[in-house]
Amino acid sequence: MAILTANKVTKRFGGLVAVSSLDFEIEKKVIVSIIGPNGAGKTTFFNCITGFEKANEGEIIFDGTPIHRLRTDQIAHLGISRTYQNIRLFADMTALENILVGQHIHLHSNWIGAILGSAGTRREEKSALDEARRLLQFIELSGQGDLLARNLPYGAQRRLEIARALATRPRLLLLDEPTAGMNPHETEEMMKFIRRLRDELEITILLIEHQMRVVMGISERITVLDYGVKIAEGTAVEIQNNPKVIEAYLGRGSVVGSRTKQSSASPLPAVSTMR
Amino acid sequence: MNTQTRQTFSRALRIGLLGGIISVFLCLVGIVEIFGQRSLVEKLISLGHVFLFLPLLATGYLAAKSNSEQAQPGKLSLLLAGILSGLLGGGALTIFLVIGNLINIRAMFIHASPTLYGMLTFGRGLPGAWIPLLVGAFLGALGAVVHLLPPKVQQPLIRGFLGILLVGLFAGLIRPLLLARPGLLEAVGRFLFGETGLTEAGALISFLVISGIVVIWSARGKSVQARISRLPRAGQSALRWSSIGLLLVLALILPQFSGAFIAQVIVLISLNILMGLGLNITLGFAGLLDLGFVAFFAMGAYTVGLLTSYGEYGLAHLSFWAVMPIAIFVAFMVGAFLGLPVLGMRGDYLAIATLGFGEIVRLLAGSDFLGPLLGGPQGVIGIQKPCLGWLGPFLGVGIPRVCHGLELGGPKEIYYLAVVCAMIAAFVATRLRDSRLGRAWMAIREDEDVAEALGVNLIQTKLLAYMLGASFAGLSGAIFGTLVGSIFASSMQLMVSFNVVCLIIVGGMGSIPGVIVGAIALIGLPEAFREFSEYRLLFYGAALIIMMLSKPGGLWPSSIVQRELHVKEKDEPDPKVVSTITPSAK
Repeated sequence: MAILTANKVTKRFGGLVAVSSLDFEIEKKVIVSIIGPNGAGKTTFFNCITGFEKANEGEIIFDGTPIHRLRTDQIAHLGISRTYQNIRLFADMTALENILVGQHIHLHSNWIGAILGSAGTRREEKSALDEARRLLQFIELSGQGDLLARNLPYGAQRRLEIARALATRPRLLLLDEPTAGMNPHETEEMMKFIRRLRDELEITILLIEHQMRVVMGISERITVLDYGVKIAEGTAVEIQNNPKVIEAYLGRGSVVGSRTKQSSASPLPAVSTMR
Repeated sequence: MNTQTRQTFSRALRIGLLGGIISVFLCLVGIVEIFGQRSLVEKLISLGHVFLFLPLLATGYLAAKSNSEQAQPGKLSLLLAGILSGLLGGGALTIFLVIGNLINIRAMFIHASPTLYGMLTFGRGLPGAWIPLLVGAFLGALGAVVHLLPPKVQQPLIRGFLGILLVGLFAGLIRPLLLARPGLLEAVGRFLFGETGLTEAGALISFLVISGIVVIWSARGKSVQARISRLPRAGQSALRWSSIGLLLVLALILPQFSGAFIAQVIVLISLNILMGLGLNITLGFAGLLDLGFVAFFAMGAYTVGLLTSYGEYGLAHLSFWAVMPIAIFVAFMVGAFLGLPVLGMRGDYLAIATLGFGEIVRLLAGSDFLGPLLGGPQGVIGIQKPCLGWLGPFLGVGIPRVCHGLELGGPKEIYYLAVVCAMIAAFVATRLRDSRLGRAWMAIREDEDVAEALGVNLIQTKLLAYMLGASFAGLSGAIFGTLVGSIFASSMQLMVSFNVVCLIIVGGMGSIPGVIVGAIALIGLPEAFREFSEYRLLFYGAALIIMMLSKPGGLWPSSIVQRELHVKEKDEPDPKVVSTITPSAK
């Protein structure tokens, strides 16, 4: 059963059509990648799902609830969480506090309880702290919870951003280029980590990714966007051999011919090294 | 001359010029002249001289310091650099002196008076124009020598002189206190302080005491600290509680000992701490710059005025204690009212819109339109004083009211109310900061969009920041109303808002102890020294610039405090608690 369905979603910025009448579906507990050249409308689509942008036309349905008219925080309450292309941690808060903010919707104490220090508030704070430490352990940052987020190394910041998203206990997690700027070893670790999220926490994962090794390695389904239009959809093998995709990435003409001769099996990994 | 020496001297040149400019500036704005009327050490040196010559001493010190991180130039060249910079600084004063004596510049600079020239030359007039030059060179050399001294000698020396300066500044406050108590204290007072400043013996004693403390602390301090940290946990907390208890007792008896003036200064500090803590919620925690904060202060003050006044405009004659919560609530609601329209604004736009609100409230309060209700420019007068004790009916008060108990009539009594309120407010602010709401505020400050994507309801959270912040200011205004006994629209100036913003920035944005430190530095000091009040804005400007350059985090930055709080916690999750997010076994 589909957890997220997009019907004819269109988003325009002035004259530019960033996402054009997009139909999209994602099943529960799968890892799906959206790929496409720069400016294909991938992040805009993410923004439409999470409510950062309002789609001009079409509808988005999350687990039976239409969400395209909801506010961002209401969408978060329903169980969608995301990370960002450029890391957007709360830089001047500690790692622990970042995760605690992530738990916001699952805590219920109000300001009166906080001022009075009521027993309920204190109990809730304690269990929230424990949960946050557990998440830190999960992302292998135990003992570094008191460091300011800005002082963490790059890879740790990426993981912390995911941990913060996990703290909202999402059912659908959107990852915007989770391996951007990582070396091959870190990339490998991140792929394992993403698989663990799905296998152990049973979260549906939708990711935007440029590194083809990652895309082909972990996604069960791939959707290709170009100029806001879906041009292909399928498994890794299907996508690799789809002429439309190859054209979108490499352009029409002689290149396609020469490429397919050399390595007809998988032209796209080669593309990623070219970019 | 090698490059290094050249660098040293060119730097000394620059610093010397800067010092000279600062000295001349202090002369021209009149600080030197005004402080010249008070002496630091009787018949020897006035506070004006201190202001005049401190920059020169500092130039010598800095000129010798500037290069010492790299390979040390020779001590002699450092000394020469110090003399050079001092000479330049003194030279600037000499040039100023000569120009001032030849041309009449008083038309432009009213403070360029003969008195000032007299101070510059120690009473010799134009023929003594060489004196500042000589003094500058001497002070420059002195500054350089102080820098070259080994730290063991240097620290007590510097601290000791700072001690004299401090005691000298406060002399006008301390002396009357001592003289008011006949007996030993009076004798001590007469021995240490003269009519206008410290006596020579007083200066010597304060120097010796303070440098002595520095020497002993540097010799023994480490081992004492180590011994404290070796104490068992119970012992440490006992130590902490007993020091808190000691402070409380001191706070309790202070106004009885210090008299009304200091009590009044502390009340004003407390009122500003209250406002600061409130604005610290909106600005420091949630990052919403509010330049019209005085509006909420006005709400609290007018609520108390209208509901307790015996004057023409009093609507009811409730007791202050009954009105205080009402005032807080009114400010709380007005916070929502003013917060709603600016919810979507960020940064500069928000600042300008709130600035407008502050002015609107002041103008409305003073307008003819609301005059019949609020008294217009004449204001609300005859505000009740709080009364402790049995007041018969708590709510309704008869006319004229009789207070069967302790009436908090003057600053010495209101002191307790203000200080207790400020302490409670600090406690509440701390609790709020460490709560779910506090974290949501900080998340909004850091990145509004991301906070919203994590499920933080921006409307609700921002409104709460405005409302809770406003209620602190409302309380502050309520106490102000009863302290002064009358409220005028003209006391709700824009400056009140700016003061609060300044004290937060100087103290440290988002830091609760920072608010207290900032209020003491920016409100307390200018209140305590009458001479300063004229230069308050100059002082604020200088303080803000210096803070931004040297300590952008403020006097007491918030992150340090946080670090200290969290380090004590254990960092492993409790294994017994069953997680709902993460799998229990890895």
